[in-house]
This record gives sequence, C-alpha cells and structure tokens, in this order.
Amino acid sequence: MTDLLEPRAIGQALVRRDGEQKVRGTATYAYETPVENPAFCHPVQATIARGRVTAMDTAAAEALDGVLAVLTPFNAERLASTDDAEYAVLQSPEVAFRGQLIGVVVAETSELAREVADGITVAYAEQPHDSELRTDRPDLYAPEQVNAGHPTDTSEGDVEAAMRSAEVTVDHTYETQMLHNNPIEPHATTALWEPGADVPLTLWDSTQGVHPDRAAVSEVFGLDEQQVRVVCPYVGGGFGSKGNPHANVMLVAMAARALPGRPVKLALTRQQMFFLAGYRTPTIQRLQLAADRRGRLQAIAIDVVEQTSKVKEFAEQTGVPTRMMYASPNRRSTHRLAALDVPIPSWMRAPGECPGMFGPEVALDELAEELGMDPVQLRIVNEPDVDPDTGKPWSSRHLVECLREGAQRFGWSDRGPGRRREGDWFVGYGVASSVYPTMRQATSTANVRFERGRYVAEIGAADLGTGAWTVLPQIAADALGVDVADVEVRIGDTRYPTASVAGGSSGTNTWGSAVSVAAREFRDKFGTDPHDGDEASGDVDQAAMDEDHAAYAFGAQFAEVRVHADTGELRVPRLTGVFACGRIINPRTARSQLIGGMTMGMSMALHENSVFDPRIGQVANHDLAEYHISVNADVQQIEAHWLDEHDPYVNVMGSKGIGEIGITGTAAAVVNAVHHATGVRVRSLPVTLDKMVPGLP
Amino acid sequence: MKPFSYARPGDVAEAVREVAAEPNAVFLAGGTNLVDHLKLGVATPDLVVDVRTLTSQEVTDLPDGGLRLGAASTNSEVAADRRVRERYPVLAQALLAGATGQLRNAATTGGNPLQRTRCVYFQDVTTPCNKREPGSGCSAVGGYTRYHAVLGVDAALPDPDAPGTCIATHPSDMAVALAALDAQVQVLGPSGARTLPFTDLHRLPGDDPATDTTLGHGELITAIDLPPLPAGTRSAYRKVRDRASYAFALVSVAAVVTDDGVRLALGGVAHTPWRATRAEELLRGRALTDDVVRAAMDAELAAAQPQPGIDGGNGFKIPLVHRTVVATLRQLTTEAQA
Amino acid sequence: MDAEISLRVDGESHRLTVDTRTTLLDALRERLGNTSPKKGCDHGQCGACTVLLDGRRSLICLALAVAHDGAEITTADGLAPAGELHPVQQAFLEQDAFQCGYCTPGQVCSAVGVLDEVDRGWPSHVTEDLTGDVELSHDEVAERMSGNLCRCAAYVNIVPAVQQAGGAR
Ligand SMILES: Cc1cc2nc3c(=O)[nH]c(=O)nc-3n(C[C@H](O)[C@H](O)[C@H](O)COP(=O)(O)OP(=O)(O)OC[C@H]3O[C@@H](n4cnc5c(N)ncnc54)[C@H](O)[C@@H]3O)c2cc1C
Ligand code: SF4
Ligand code: FES
Ligand code: FES
Repeated sequence: MTDLLEPRAIGQALVRRDGEQKVRGTATYAYETPVENPAFCHPVQATIARGRVTAMDTAAAEALDGVLAVLTPFNAERLASTDDAEYAVLQSPEVAFRGQLIGVVVAETSELAREVADGITVAYAEQPHDSELRTDRPDLYAPEQVNAGHPTDTSEGDVEAAMRSAEVTVDHTYETQMLHNNPIEPHATTALWEPGADVPLTLWDSTQGVHPDRAAVSEVFGLDEQQVRVVCPYVGGGFGSKGNPHANVMLVAMAARALPGRPVKLALTRQQMFFLAGYRTPTIQRLQLAADRRGRLQAIAIDVVEQTSKVKEFAEQTGVPTRMMYASPNRRSTHRLAALDVPIPSWMRAPGECPGMFGPEVALDELAEELGMDPVQLRIVNEPDVDPDTGKPWSSRHLVECLREGAQRFGWSDRGPGRRREGDWFVGYGVASSVYPTMRQATSTANVRFERGRYVAEIGAADLGTGAWTVLPQIAADALGVDVADVEVRIGDTRYPTASVAGGSSGTNTWGSAVSVAAREFRDKFGTDPHDGDEASGDVDQAAMDEDHAAYAFGAQFAEVRVHADTGELRVPRLTGVFACGRIINPRTARSQLIGGMTMGMSMALHENSVFDPRIGQVANHDLAEYHISVNADVQQIEAHWLDEHDPYVNVMGSKGIGEIGITGTAAAVVNAVHHATGVRVRSLPVTLDKMVPGLP
Repeated sequence: MKPFSYARPGDVAEAVREVAAEPNAVFLAGGTNLVDHLKLGVATPDLVVDVRTLTSQEVTDLPDGGLRLGAASTNSEVAADRRVRERYPVLAQALLAGATGQLRNAATTGGNPLQRTRCVYFQDVTTPCNKREPGSGCSAVGGYTRYHAVLGVDAALPDPDAPGTCIATHPSDMAVALAALDAQVQVLGPSGARTLPFTDLHRLPGDDPATDTTLGHGELITAIDLPPLPAGTRSAYRKVRDRASYAFALVSVAAVVTDDGVRLALGGVAHTPWRATRAEELLRGRALTDDVVRAAMDAELAAAQPQPGIDGGNGFKIPLVHRTVVATLRQLTTEAQA
Repeated sequence: MDAEISLRVDGESHRLTVDTRTTLLDALRERLGNTSPKKGCDHGQCGACTVLLDGRRSLICLALAVAHDGAEITTADGLAPAGELHPVQQAFLEQDAFQCGYCTPGQVCSAVGVLDEVDRGWPSHVTEDLTGDVELSHDEVAERMSGNLCRCAAYVNIVPAVQQAGGAR
C-alpha cells in the first residue's frame, strides 16, 4: 500500500507546456537540430531478400565533387559489439532481408547523397529466400519466452476434454495483419563525433528514451556511456518504433565517426521505414472457447502463430491477455514462431495486448451469438475474482463497471437483434473489452533543485506527445506541495538523470515515482524554505514496488458501424470507451492519449495493412499513399471516459498508464459491430469492403 | 534523383520546341506527380520544361456553350468554378473526390489526366516493371493487385515475363469524368495544333505498356474543352475507396444521363478511363430500372478478368463496379423524378 | 545543376542558390533553417509540409524550388508575430488538437487555407449541394482536413479547433 499524493495540480486539465512551440513549428525535432555546416546521409539498401553482396561499385561515387564518404560492408569500421545482430550494421556482406542496410553515402547536400546512394551498383550472390508465414510450416518453434519476459506457453486443466463435453463451443482462427508504426516524424538523427572531447559522440536522435538509446550505442561502439550524449526534447511520435534504436542510429553514428568534427544528418525515408524501423508481426490465432448454457466459460485457449526475423528474435506476447481476462477452469496459451528472411519485428503500441485482444474478443462475440446472450452480459458472468493466471488478487479491477457505464453511455440497449437498415446503410453495434498491464520500470532517477525561486526537476524522460512536459510538473508540484507554475521540468537529455524508456505505458508511472521520491528527499533535506542551488535526487522507490497484486488497467469499447448496402464501404460513426486506468494526472492530455489509441485501433480495424509480397520479401505498399492510416474524415465521434479509480498498490500517483490501453479491443468491437450490421463475420483484419460485398443483398 | 536542367521558356511554342528537341525532356506543371517520380527514380529526364505559368490558368466560355479549361487551371479552381458546378457536376465531384485540398491547389488540368499509374511495383525501381523498364516483366501479375485492372486485360494471370504485360490502372478521377463528358483535348505539338477526343487520349498497354497516351513527344496539352450538354442532363461521380478520403479509387463511376441515353465511364478498372460503350448501347432508349442496368453491366463486364494475387486479388472489383453503376444510375434517376 | 532564386518566407526576403532538384521543403529546412514545415513522407502523402504558398495551402515537398522563384511562403511560424498566436493556433492549443506536434504546423497551415476556401464558397467532396452555401460542419471540416495525417490521431480535437477558429474570425 502506498499513500497516494494529495492531488492538487494532479487532476487539472492544464494546457500543454510545449504547445506554443508545436503549433508554430519551432519545437526542434532530431533532424532539425541547428548545427554548423551539416553533411547529409542517404542509406543504401539491399534489393535481394537473402544472399551476399559480392561487390559494390563506389569508385565513381567517391570521386564526385561533394561526396564526403561512402561506407559499405567492405570499408566500414568494425564495431566493438555485434551481439545484437540488428545493430551489426555493415559488418558483413551477408544479406538477411530485403531492405537491409548495406551502405551509406555522406555528401554536402541531401540531393547529392540521395543521387549517389541510388546510383551505386551492387552485385549480389542471391540465395532463395523464405518469407511466407503459414501455420503449416514444419519449422515453427517455441521461443524461450515471449516479449516482456512472459512464458511462451501456459496450461491449466484440460481444454480438449472441456471442448468435448461443453454445451456450447467456439473454435475459429483469427488473423491480425502486419502493421507498421509509422510515426509521422521519420526515424532521424543529427550526429556529431568529436574525437578527443570529453563526450566525443553526440546524437540528437528521435527516441523514446535517451538513456536506453545511449546504452545501446555505447555498447555497439565500445564507448563508455559517459562518452555518449543523446538529446531528444521532442519526439514526433514513436508508438514503440523508437523504443529501441534501430540500425539507422548505428549507421549515422558510423557516418559521423567517418567525418570527425562534422555534424551529419540522416532521416529514413518513409519507404525505408517499412524495412528498418520495426513493425507488428502478423498473427494467426486459433481460439477455443467452451461454455455452459449460462455462458460461463469451461475452457479458453489461444494458440498463436506469428513471425520473427531470422536475424533477431522478437516474439510478440499475443496470447498473454487471454491468460488473465476471464475466469475458466481449463486454460491454455501457446506461441509458435516462424523465423523468416524478413525485416525485424518489434514493439508497436500495446505489443501483445493489441493483437491479443482481437481473437478472444471476437470469439466471445461468436459465443454470445451461439448462446443467444448479450455480449456485455457474457463478459460480466466470466469476471474472475482473482487473476486467473497468477492467482494473485487484483490491485483493482473495474471491467464490469466499465462495461455497464459504457453500455449506458453508448445506448447499447437500443441494439436490436441485428441487420438494421437506415437508408443506404446497414447499422450495427459491437463491444469488446480492453486491458493493459500496469507497469513500472525498476530504474529511473530524478533531481530536484531550487533555482532562482523555482523548483527544477530534471530527468531524461521523453515526451512523444504523451504529455511528459506538462504532466511531470504536475506530479512534482504535488510532491513538493507547491504551485505547478513554480515548477520547471527538463527532460530529453542524457545530461539529466537516468530515465527508463517511454514504453509499456510506464513512463509517467516510473518517472513520476522518481520525481516524487526526489521531491520527498528534497523536502526532507532542505525543508520548505530552501536556498538557491539546493538539490536532491531520488530513485524509483523499490520498496513501494508491489509484487502481491495483479495490476492492470481495464476498459470497455463500444462501436457503431455502418456498411453501405451497395458498395460495402465501412464507416464508424461512433466509438465510446470507458476505462478504469487509475488516477488521471491531466484529463486534457489523457483524453487525447485514450482517443488516440482508440482511433489507431479503428485504423487497424478498417485500413492498415502492410501487404507483404513473399515473392520478393517486402511490403508491397510501402508508403503512406498505399499503407492507409485513418484520415480525419474516417473519424466521427470518438469518446473516452474514465472511472474515478483509486488504486493504492500501483504507485504514489495512483496512475496506471494510458498510452496503450486505448488501442486494445477496438478492432474486435468494430468487427463485432460489422457482424451485427451485416451478418458477415470477418475473422481476418482489416475489415475492408471487399470482404463485405459477397454478403450484401 | 538524377540531375537535370530546368527551363522556363517564354511561351508555349518555345516550350514545345525545347521538349521536342531533347529526347529526354519532359513538361512540368503542378509537379505533384512528376516530382514524386523524380524522387523515386521512376522519371529520369535530362531536361524539365516548366509550363505551369505558360498555359492558361482560366476557365472560359466557348461559343458553343461549352467550357474551356486552360491547361494550367488548378484542380481546385476548376472544381470551384460556378459554371462547372452547375453544368458539369460530374467533373466537380470527380475533382473533389481526388487527392486533397493541398494537392488540388497545385494539380493542373493538363497534368491530372497525364499522371501515371499508382501500381506499387511501377513506383519501386527495385522491382521489374514493363511500364517503367520495357521488357523487364510485370511484377504485379500474381502480386498485389488490389488496385489493378480487370478490364482490357486478356487473362486472369497474364504472362508476367511477356514484354507487353501490364495490368495497371489509370488513377485519375478527373479523367473518368472527362471521358464520360466527351471532352476534347487541345494539343500543341512540334507540327502544330490538333484536337483530340479525350477518349482517345489514353491507350491500352497493347505491346507497349510504357506508353500511357497517344500524345507524341513534345505534344503539349494547352486546354481541355467541355462540350455543351443538353438541357435536363444529370450527371454524377461515385468513387469507392479504402478510406473516406485521400485514397485512390478501387472503382469509380462517372455517369451522364441525357434524354438520349447514358454516358458511362469507369475508373480503377482498366489502363484507361473505361468508357462502358457496350452498356451504353444496351441502355440507349431504355428506362433505367435496376434490372435493365444490371443486364447492361453484365454485358459490359462479361470479358472482365479478375487478377488473383496476394491479399485476395482484385476479383471483388467486378461485382463492386457493377453494384456501383447500378446505385449511381438509380440515384440519378430518382433525383430526376424528385 | 544550380540555380539562383528568391523567396519571401514569413515576410523575409531571401536570395539563395539551389540545386534544380531541391524542393521548396528542403530549401526551407536545409538551406534557410526554417524547420516549421515538417517532412513526413516527402511524396505528398501526409500533409506535414503544408504551408501557404502564394496564399494557397500547398504541399512543398512536391514543389521544385526553381519552379517557384519569387514565391511568397507563409509557414506556421509566420502566421503570427513572435509571442502571439494566430486564432487557429490558439484554438489548437485550447482543444489539445495535437500530441507529438510533428503534423501540427502542417495542420495549422492547412486549417488557415480551409477557412479561406470556405470563405470563398468552395465546395468539398461532402458538400451536398454543389451550388449552395458551405458551412463549417464537422463533416466539412473533417473532409477538408483529410490531407493532413495525424498518427497520434488528434482528429477528434482538430475539427472543433478549426470550427472554433472559423467562428472566432
Ligand atoms: C498522395 C497523392 C494522392 C493522390 N490522390 C489522387 C486521387 O485520389 N485522384 C486523382 O485523380 N489524383 C490523385 N493524385 C494525383 C494528382 O491528382 C496528380 O498528381 C496531379 O493531378 C498531376 O497534375 P500536375 O499538374 O501536378 O502534374 P505534373 O506532376 O506536373 O505532371 C504530370 C505529368 O503530366 C505531364 N504534363 C503536365 N502538364 C502537361 C501538359 N500541359 N501537357 C503535356 N504534358 C503535361 C508531365 O510531364 C508529367 O508527365 C494524388 C497524388 C498524390 C501525391
Ligand atoms: S502492372 Fe504495369 S505498371 Fe505495374 S508492374 Fe506490371 S507492368 Fe509495371
Ligand atoms: S512531407 Fe509533404 S506531404 Fe508528406
Ligand atoms: S500530433 Fe503527432 S502526428 Fe499529429
């Protein structure tokens, strides 16, 4: 149990502190860092999916006026560590996937760098590649664990027996598509190598964590962490893809080292991001549900097949939410991977929970249909008393309340038996649950200092639009017991104390905990009348880390879908979410986060699809004209509400994290509504009009 | 991007001469397609001749009651023109369904119909493509065909290695409306001016997929003329796409209904804006009931070839365009009765 | 190949040498140090580079600088004097119509263009009556702002921000 901070600044809908710079465009993102006389980089990518580079003709390029360096596997410096194969950039001529980095051109202008990079002729010894995900592959394997350290498989009781004996069963396979994070700011860096300086390498990098970024870079180059500085005051979105540095960061650092004293800039093109910046694996999920006539689950099982790259394993924890969402005596979850000649998958907003709340939440809808039961009620009757996975009590769980309040706000009771037509449109309603674990990282440190009459909190945190610039002062103010206007926060630089990555919706929980401890230390040391320069630091309070409870945020999402009776075009006029996600620090930024997640979930449901062409081993539609994310006109009414939840077990703020829960369950709610509207059950995302046309009258 | 020279001549005649004299020269208008292709390496000219400020930016009345759209008039100005909105709603709607406000402010009457296919392989210079690199093959066959053709193609899986194979579609919305309106293209070439029916501007791939249109090298579009329409004409453009906005057509329909009959053009289904002449014939003089329209479209689509491929192929386009035509004509006839 | 051009950007005149291949976007960002317009795709697909070009909202990633010699450009940073905000910017701030802020200068310029286009009575794809009046309804604003992708998905707040600024004029 923790004593929660007395909320005074916390809970206020303050306007973003970085707002003015953002609406004017003067907030400087990584590539935009003003530096003297920068040189420009353009990467060279492999155009085969597997094999070896046998030669690269760079002589003509190097001789061109204005070309400063051409790095290839044949002349690049040898890196100190190649343990992480993603970072072993230009270390060997082997090509493990199409689009892999095989060179970089540095030139006086960006036009020249690009021209030269595109003009380098490359000879390959090509080998057959294998890049098709299928469930009947004999080489599917069980990884040692899945992302975030979860066990690969779990099993309790006997699912098969329950499936045989149950009154009602559902057994279907669901598919989620390959997705690309696509933050609007591309992965970009300005880098400077100054040999002999105290801190020889400076990276102004677009990252979700300056310290994790620094750790990775210093290891790869064999530098002390103190020899590297990473700066990132603003991030133009990341959604997980900037949680870990990708190969482009190592490449730009190599380019900088090749041109000592000269700042270099590298931004991946949008097209290159489809190869190099991570993505969400497609998933194939077999769901089995067994229930009695009253809807109580007798068994729930999920068997997941998904992909990773041969170069580096990333195992999305898709089966994990099925382990804890609903009560059932018999349960199973498995993950199997195909290691393919493909780019490296990675984190994308709510890894695990996002795809993992699709199959089960659609299967439940199918079960409700079989039972002739209200899908909201079906979820309520399967509410578990304790975490079915660990047996631990919940720190707080208000899913049922979310479902009830959501149903009421949405007008769920108007939902008829199905296929309602209004003019040219079929109209349907759907529901699904949301969940996201409440996480806090073990390490983060903050400083609090008294400076010219104001309190300054420093921590190497990141604001990717999540609101850290605004929210951390609110926490610091309450922890210090002062007016929020008297607090200044400095983030986004490794010169400030170590901060964990902005990932797993843990940023505010973790950094806020460190800031609170630092504030307490400060008050303990200097009292309420400090002097200029007084300073204290604090780490995340390990003792306050609760291990005895299962801590999650929950939610319920309701969707109205319209399907055009002639063309099958789909629209989502309404999406209502109700969440129980702990205490809300800033309702203004929180609502934006939740709605942003829900909108991205809708985008996943209706639009997004990285169409992988296994013949050539790349995403065919690798730009923003062909990879569709929802545009303004796709969005009509999206509401996010929250319950007033007090959870004393999570942290001193009582906050649970809100960045990711919004995207979980949305796609299932949409697909369930599509079924209600048309009778067509789509089990494979996205739900596009071609899947509607055959079912239309 | 390959280096190139840039020229802005004094007038159109000079522009035509400059392009005609240099085999690897191109015209530049709004640049929204050409500059995209320069960056992708799809277009690699030695000389870019800027005509944006040379041709007319005006929409003017023609003596016969029609309208002349200067080649440099922007898509947004044309769509906003009162006369276009009142007399040629199909064109205003097509323009407004295309691209975005920002792009329409740059895109021009001359450039829009000459934009090139959005085939993803055409735009990716690392993959074979007969249109971009004659004889290299067609990557789209059996690949990602969602935005590809079903009409004007001779087989469900043409030979990908044959030099004539191309299953690309023409992406312009405006062009579909212009085809249905029987617009006329004013062209100035090295050997003088000529007028060309819009429906003759685009060509099927034949054995030369690299060539999209019937314009010769150095031929410049100076204007597009809209012929007058009889009183009582109704017209509409219906675009079906994967997003509510800012997406190319999966299929689209431009319909112009007069007392004499229907003029129908289809988008997203062929290498050209597709005039549905068979359907038009069958509809001539008939009351446009759903059943009559369905039968006409059955005939129009009898030769359609669904292209299989990853992500389900594009067979859905055949019922989809069929349904969209029925719905569009139903809407126009109901409105006319109301 | 180089060319010398002049541009007026946010009220200031510049003479500069550009490669014929240089886009207006790169001229601003890499030559003139004005990074208010953002690069999100470089191919006309995201709207992040939207500015007012000779008075009209335009994407400048697909505009060659040489072809716009003499152009007048207003970026989001030039909409209001330092320390002040344009009504659209104020409305974006109040409505929390952005998160990461990377699409935002483009959204803001686009919104300024939209309000002007609505004033001129220009119709949009969702205007029922092509010859009637245009209102700043949700659907009208959403359609007109659809050329500006926002991956943070601030759309729900962008529409009221544009409406607020439209009403406040
Ligand atoms: C992201 C995106 C989405 C889009 N969505 C749509 C859409 O939904 N629907 C749609 O219809 N379009 C769409 N477009 C395409 C856009 O409409 C075209 O790019 C535009 O109309 C081309 O006009 P332009 O003046 O910019 O042509 P340019 O790019 O300048 O030129 C295009 C071609 O025409 C030639 N040319 C130009 N003018 C003349 C002339 N007068 N005579 C002879 N040749 C000439 C050029 O040499 C070049 O080959 C989209 C574009 C983008 C980038
Ligand atoms: S369909 Fe045409 S444009 Fe596309 S790859 Fe084939 S030849 Fe090229
Ligand atoms: S950068 Fe110009 S539209 Fe994306
Ligand atoms: S605010 Fe981040 S992309 Fe729009």
